Amino acid sequence: MKSRVKTGIGVILTAIMLFPVYWMVNVSFTKDTDMRRDPPILFPFHGTLEGYRAVIDQQMPYLGTSLLVGLGTVILTVALSAPAGYSLAKLRPRGGGALSFVLLMAQMIPGIIMAMGFYAIYLKLGVLNSAAGLVLADSTIAVPFGVLIFTAFMSGIPSELINAAEIDGAGTFRTFRSVVLPVSRNAVVTVSLFAFLWAWSDFVFATTLDGGGTRQPITLGIYHYIGNNNQQWNAIMATAVIASIPATLLLILAQRYVAAGVTAGAVKD
Amino acid sequence: MTRAEAAPAAPARAAKRRSGQWAAWAFLAPVVIYLIAFYAYPLYRNLDLSLRHYTVRSFVQGDAPFSGLDNYRTVVDNATFWPEFLHTVAFTGVSLVFQFSIGMALAVFFAQNFRLSATLRALFLVPWLLPLIVSASTWSWMLNSDSGVVNFALRSVGIDPVNWLTSPSWALTSVIIANVWIGIPFNLVVLYSGLQSIPSEIYEAAALDGANGWQRFWRVTFPLLRPVSAITLLLGLVYTLKVFDIIWIMTKGGPTDASTTFATWSYKLSFGTLVPQFGPGAAVGNLLIIMALIFGLLYIRMQRKQVS
Repeated sequence: MKSRVKTGIGVILTAIMLFPVYWMVNVSFTKDTDMRRDPPILFPFHGTLEGYRAVIDQQMPYLGTSLLVGLGTVILTVALSAPAGYSLAKLRPRGGGALSFVLLMAQMIPGIIMAMGFYAIYLKLGVLNSAAGLVLADSTIAVPFGVLIFTAFMSGIPSELINAAEIDGAGTFRTFRSVVLPVSRNAVVTVSLFAFLWAWSDFVFATTLDGGGTRQPITLGIYHYIGNNNQQWNAIMATAVIASIPATLLLILAQRYVAAGVTAGAVKD
Repeated sequence: MTRAEAAPAAPARAAKRRSGQWAAWAFLAPVVIYLIAFYAYPLYRNLDLSLRHYTVRSFVQGDAPFSGLDNYRTVVDNATFWPEFLHTVAFTGVSLVFQFSIGMALAVFFAQNFRLSATLRALFLVPWLLPLIVSASTWSWMLNSDSGVVNFALRSVGIDPVNWLTSPSWALTSVIIANVWIGIPFNLVVLYSGLQSIPSEIYEAAALDGANGWQRFWRVTFPLLRPVSAITLLLGLVYTLKVFDIIWIMTKGGPTDASTTFATWSYKLSFGTLVPQFGPGAAVGNLLIIMALIFGLLYIRMQRKQVS
């Protein structure tokens, strides 16, 4: 088969795969009156911005909360998992293998069950419906992943580099902060990107722990739209398009980190 | 080195090792505390919930009587237990078969580096990166009985439209379709990276022996990719068992529980009804954990074997 034919087939397959994404964008521009047309409108040539106007009017607070929760989750995740990764990779703690095993297993626990446990605890502590509570819960998705990524990455740092710092008189903490962290920038970026994306996308914790709050994330914004039997599908899909921006940016700006993150958990190089 | 010189050095080295252990665990301490407080404790609370008879009142006050395995008995004796179990198995099994075989076919296709292949492969990641609520609500509208684009496509080729989300016989299929779509990228990426590690000389040798493309796949690629495939499938299985968002957003497990799996059933018992049944909800959740951990352990074993 010629290369050009293969490219053609590849483009067609990608188009089929991404059709739902195209459809989301298309519907977001479709007028209410055209929404139930038969045949449906395939290209939004005479589209409307009504949907996006509704997003700006109604969804901005939700987007703000999601941004805040996402950034909070990133900070908490990196602060917890980078030192742990360094320890497991370079400081050879006794019992480190057992801890790595626990972290692997932790990743397999269904979020919905964690959510139930958190609900019972938050109810008692009175921290339901708070952004901080959501940050804490969302970080449980990313912390085990973060430790595994940091461990894998920092194992590759040459020990000579660390020894040199120690000979120069740097303590373990100083070495970590001034030598290990700066050379681990790629790992920090990967973990931060995924922590943000997962917190931004989280629905399970949001709906159980933040369902009645005044500060709700965008996933609940969309969910309320659907739940209210809202027939304004252009507004729903416009919100969905906006909610997809972080994922799109991630793919454009940090493609190689994304592929690395997907395979990190599954296959060791 | 003489004995006399070695003697003072040994305690110093031991002291250094001991202080090294202190530093190592100081760096681990935050995560260990975190795991205990925000993993172990919620899981313990969940176990406790499943072993007590809770009502809304005692849930708040925390004085529910211990009831042993009553909640588990209630759940297993429930008429919906076996149907939900079958839905869980069908949802997981069918999703995996399609995700894996489509992902494999695409990985083999994209491995023949052609122009644009890297870009197109990156675009395939989009469904995996989108928030699940975005994918689920998009599919809901596409599968809408009257105005959905899927039924329009079926009508235009002369097939009767289907009540995808509102008929009990199709709801499970609908959520499986959406879940397969979301899962293909993961399978594609992992299998593709597995394919990269097969040396091209083996293919050249097979080609010299006169093997055609089909034979090369089944005789060379597939056997060599078996360890990676097993890991992909097991990890996919653990991920699929926990799927909640897609089903809940698209069908809420309905109509009449036709698309309810253990994950959605557990949520429905605890949060989805006017009178919450926290005990049975937690019991279903713990059964789900057991299922996930069995396959999780298998996965870790496979992975260790592959590394060594």
